Amino acid sequence: MTNHYIDLKNSDVILIMGSNAAEHHPIAFKWILRAKEQNGARLIHVDPRYTRTSARCDYHVPLRSGTDIAFLGGMINYILENNKYFKDYVLNYTNASFIVGKNFYFKDGLFSGYDPAKRKYSKDTWALEKDGRGIPRRDMTLSDPRCVFQMLKKHFSRYTLDKVSSITGVSKEDLTKVYAEYSATGVKDKAGTECYALGWTHHTTGSQIIRTMAIIQLLLGNMGIAGGGVNALRGEPNVQGSTDHCILYGNLPGYLKMPVASLDTLEKYLKKCTPVSNDPQSANYYQNYPKFFVSFLKSMFGDKATKENGFGYSWLPKMDDGAAYSLMHLFEKMYEGRVKGLFAVGTDPAVSSPNTAKVRKALEKLDWLVGENIFDNETYCFWKGPGVDPKQVKTEVFLLPASASMEKEGSQSNSGRWVQWKYKAADAPGDAIPVGEITIKIMQAVKELYAKEGGVQPAPILNLKWDYTDAKGRFDVLKVSKQINGHFLKDTVIEDKDKKTRTEFKKGQLVPTFGMLHADGSTSGGNWIMAGSFSATGENKMTRRGKDDPTGLGLYPNWSYAWPVNRRIIYNRASCDIHGKPYNPKRKLLEWTGDKWVGDVPDGPWPPMADRAKGKYPFIMKQDGLGALFGPGMTEGPFPEHYEPLEGPLAKNPLSSQLINPAVEIFKNDMNKVASADEKFPYVCTTYSCTEHWCSGALTRWQLWLLEMQPELYVEIGDKLAQEKGIRNGEKVKVQSARGEVECVAMVTKRFRPFTIEGKTVHQVGLPFNYGWLFPKDGGDSTNFLTPTVGDANTFCPEYKAFMVNVKKA
Amino acid sequence: MEITRRGFLTMSGAIGSGIALSSLGINLKPTRAYADELNKANKIKSAKQVSTVCCYCSVGCGLICSVDKMTGKIFNIEGDADHPINEGSLCAKGAGFFDLTEANKYRLKKVQYRAPMSDKWEEKDWDWAVNRIARLVKDTRDKGFVMQNSKGELVNRCESIGHLGSSNVDNEECWLMSVKARALGLVYIDHQARV
Repeated sequence: MTNHYIDLKNSDVILIMGSNAAEHHPIAFKWILRAKEQNGARLIHVDPRYTRTSARCDYHVPLRSGTDIAFLGGMINYILENNKYFKDYVLNYTNASFIVGKNFYFKDGLFSGYDPAKRKYSKDTWALEKDGRGIPRRDMTLSDPRCVFQMLKKHFSRYTLDKVSSITGVSKEDLTKVYAEYSATGVKDKAGTECYALGWTHHTTGSQIIRTMAIIQLLLGNMGIAGGGVNALRGEPNVQGSTDHCILYGNLPGYLKMPVASLDTLEKYLKKCTPVSNDPQSANYYQNYPKFFVSFLKSMFGDKATKENGFGYSWLPKMDDGAAYSLMHLFEKMYEGRVKGLFAVGTDPAVSSPNTAKVRKALEKLDWLVGENIFDNETYCFWKGPGVDPKQVKTEVFLLPASASMEKEGSQSNSGRWVQWKYKAADAPGDAIPVGEITIKIMQAVKELYAKEGGVQPAPILNLKWDYTDAKGRFDVLKVSKQINGHFLKDTVIEDKDKKTRTEFKKGQLVPTFGMLHADGSTSGGNWIMAGSFSATGENKMTRRGKDDPTGLGLYPNWSYAWPVNRRIIYNRASCDIHGKPYNPKRKLLEWTGDKWVGDVPDGPWPPMADRAKGKYPFIMKQDGLGALFGPGMTEGPFPEHYEPLEGPLAKNPLSSQLINPAVEIFKNDMNKVASADEKFPYVCTTYSCTEHWCSGALTRWQLWLLEMQPELYVEIGDKLAQEKGIRNGEKVKVQSARGEVECVAMVTKRFRPFTIEGKTVHQVGLPFNYGWLFPKDGGDSTNFLTPTVGDANTFCPEYKAFMVNVKKA
Repeated sequence: MEITRRGFLTMSGAIGSGIALSSLGINLKPTRAYADELNKANKIKSAKQVSTVCCYCSVGCGLICSVDKMTGKIFNIEGDADHPINEGSLCAKGAGFFDLTEANKYRLKKVQYRAPMSDKWEEKDWDWAVNRIARLVKDTRDKGFVMQNSKGELVNRCESIGHLGSSNVDNEECWLMSVKARALGLVYIDHQARV
């Protein structure tokens, strides 16, 4: 989240799209309702299905799964055509005035630089023009036909009401109603926010859906303000923290980039990863990248990381340039027999991964599998699953009992970036121990084997700093959290010339902020964004329980610790005009008093940008310092574009000749079948959760109170379609896709209504994804037998939210 | 951490008034339930209060575990009324949090091992399992380690072991897993943040 949960109460218009907040984030929804109660906020729900969220919103607008970019693209067109954008903000705080390089173009669904054989773009032409000083050229009148503003306007002029209505199935009246109401927040004293969840990320165009909304929020001046932002309501208790620590192939802790093969030295790597800006008003904060990266290496390898050995850079694995190693890639390689061992910690991919039939076949090819969890699940028991003969499965399987959340001490980060400390309430049952302790034990044993026997490339294992146990040899969580925060590794004096201060730190003291990390090996920092979670003297700020609220906006600055630097709303300098005066004095998040900022922790101490000598632009993490309406970092183009899902009801994209996202990777093997616009699978299908179960149900299905509420798998079918098919409420049906089928109960409902798409009636159905064969015995198996192996072109989030099925009586 | 007595009294007051209303009927069941609740309320007053955070979605609601000082066991878990986000309230899953404690008979308590071709789990101890896993990790890594890619570039990676999980463990555990995987040279590293 750019903002945080309580901040939802500060909004005037809340667009919930890609989320069923009332059922999946009930406590977050309390703050959404509070905005309605206290500010008279308007609540809008856009979703294929009528849910309890719809019931509590002012109105519900159904749209066909997978057409969010078309819907939002129509809103951008509406905002620009009707001059609803916040002019001062757009001009000063976005790259609207930048000039796009003359070789860039967009034609019939493709941007310049596309290679159809590789399904990839060369981004060389996606560049902005620079002047003689190397600073982006700007047209502050926004009239140059090559400026970002005009290019954006031209791009989205194709998203007319007629076109968008025909793609999405939303009536023109409903489109206009949402567009008018939401774009009314493009003024100084109104805030609009957006809440999304997996309903946006689970698409082949997921990242671009979110970017389309970010463009809208920049146009309306809704970024960096109280009650604004683009807010992901994430679905796992520490998914923010696990992302921050990057248990992800492409990044190292703190979103540092995983090295690739062509960057064979530390110097080359740092040069590539450290952006340069020639504009003195751009803070370009990532110019500090080397400090964060070298401090990370010092945390990982300790004294063994020296200047002479490039701080151990060569010990890190290198990915092939341009290659991805996501969950879907892992199961592809496993299915091919090339992956031999797997750790599956607190996860149940035999239920949660797309194309379940392939995933379960792949597991049978493993030599060994290590599971760590508090309950058994379908992944750990794959060898005795439906249709599997255990006597034919060679895999050695270990199932290690873990402590539950309240049986261990440590920190957890919520979506609003609040890092909260938990305490141990009781011992875990039996031999169960925390996952951290299991990790330490296994790695320690591996280290000892390499020390004793040698082996292939032993250096990174032997040199890994791994001293995180207490005197009794047990997991010492504070040692780890302090290592994440970082230490001064020698006596250090920090001088601040502006403030004329001089602070001395002793070797071994904690680093109180990431601004004090060094690139010379004199500091460690396991994850730079967490530097400051402790004070230099050892106060653990994650434990704080202060309830003071000086701004009255619900920031609670003394409750827990929010990264970065306890900032509660990021990009907050954009809540003020260029002189540092709040755009909306009634929701004063920050104010420049002439010598300092007062309010939330500002995005950097510099004066506001009207001070041409010392002032900085507000988007300090961007190389150019401004919000990116033109975003060349994306895989499939600098402007979002609507493409159909991998499987959809249409044989042709109504907007261009490109049916699906041209940059998605197509997985090809005998189990990756696809059936698009195929009469055998005529219904659009989506998947979702319910209040009583969580994710794959791997924890909640073992809890009988919850299971009683939601005992088994069902498919929701609109009453018109059910009537057509002769299916009665409560009877058993089969849902089938090109890849597999599930048997479940039919729930005939008015919550799904047919859409009119390109003049034809299209029905949509949906199933929850919370069930698996292991428990309860008659609850149904994984919905993901139906879903395809394909993902977003940037993130490889699988497309669970839009694919094609048939439904028939069992 | 022990919560403030003030916060605790606020909560127990709320419990009491609800019970008072429900006990107006003649039926004895509510009266018995009232007595049970009173006993629990008394027990809560003398218990150790430990704060924690919910383990389901990412809203980060606060919870209070009541721990019996004699046995060290958790006997009640409820919303933390002092917590600024949930203000004591919880959803259905959070309200059922107690069913994740050892009171749930399905909790895993012992190390389980399934041998190749076997059709059952067997119980093992930690030392045996950890040593066997370390052996398998080393042998798999040594056999499948890739020093150079097809272009001859130095890559130092192990493609034959994957690592999945987890966004439902603590930050410190995430960080340990993240660096462990890199030290082993793994590249197939992923978890729920992507799915």
